[in-house]
Amino acid sequence: MTIVLYVVISILCINLILSLYRFVKGPVMPDRIVALDVFAGNLLAILALYAIVSDVREFIDIAVLFSLIAFAGTMTFAYYMVYTGKKKD
Amino acid sequence: MLITWCIPAKKKISIMTLLEIISSVFIITGTFFMLISSIGLIRLPDFYIRNSASTKALALGIGLILFGIVVYYNQIEIFIELSAIFFFIYLITPLSAHIIARAAAKSDVKFWEKTQNLQALEEYRKASDVEENSIPEENKK
Repeated sequence: MTIVLYVVISILCINLILSLYRFVKGPVMPDRIVALDVFAGNLLAILALYAIVSDVREFIDIAVLFSLIAFAGTMTFAYYMVYTGKKKD
Repeated sequence: MLITWCIPAKKKISIMTLLEIISSVFIITGTFFMLISSIGLIRLPDFYIRNSASTKALALGIGLILFGIVVYYNQIEIFIELSAIFFFIYLITPLSAHIIARAAAKSDVKFWEKTQNLQALEEYRKASDVEENSIPEENKK
């Protein structure tokens, strides 16, 4: 099981780097929001899987709180884009 | 009696290896979907396509990984906590993707040149103008 977990965690770390490519390149602002969303999701999965590798039970509680904060941040971003993005003539 | 004692004992598979095998299957398919989501962020041609594809694959991948972890631990407290995350992610991810796409359509983000049926988008945009429909009248000045 540890071999599978090591391989899986390294694949998820590669996903973090790939989402950062879109964060840097993204020609539009919403591209960066989606890249952060994907980044947060991969980080959540790494956090939950690390709880099995290290036998520390509390990482799953940390994962619960992290998902709440990360997705709330994404929604706040989008809310501000809707209400302050338009230019007033 | 002699013949039955000469037959070698059947190899037993413990419950731990069975749980490990089942959870490994779920975790590996979950990471496969998350890899598809990340590759889709790089290769797809337009913002709207990237938004839709990567958030959907992300939610599915996280769901499968969490289910694999639940199967591995085999306890009820872990199941309750991880099903709370599961419920929250499946509630919030499509909602935030929709809000971001709608905000981008308001801010005139370009479409891919091969999209069809942009006439329907113009009608939708006129029918559901955000600023006029949702600000209460006493706040408009």
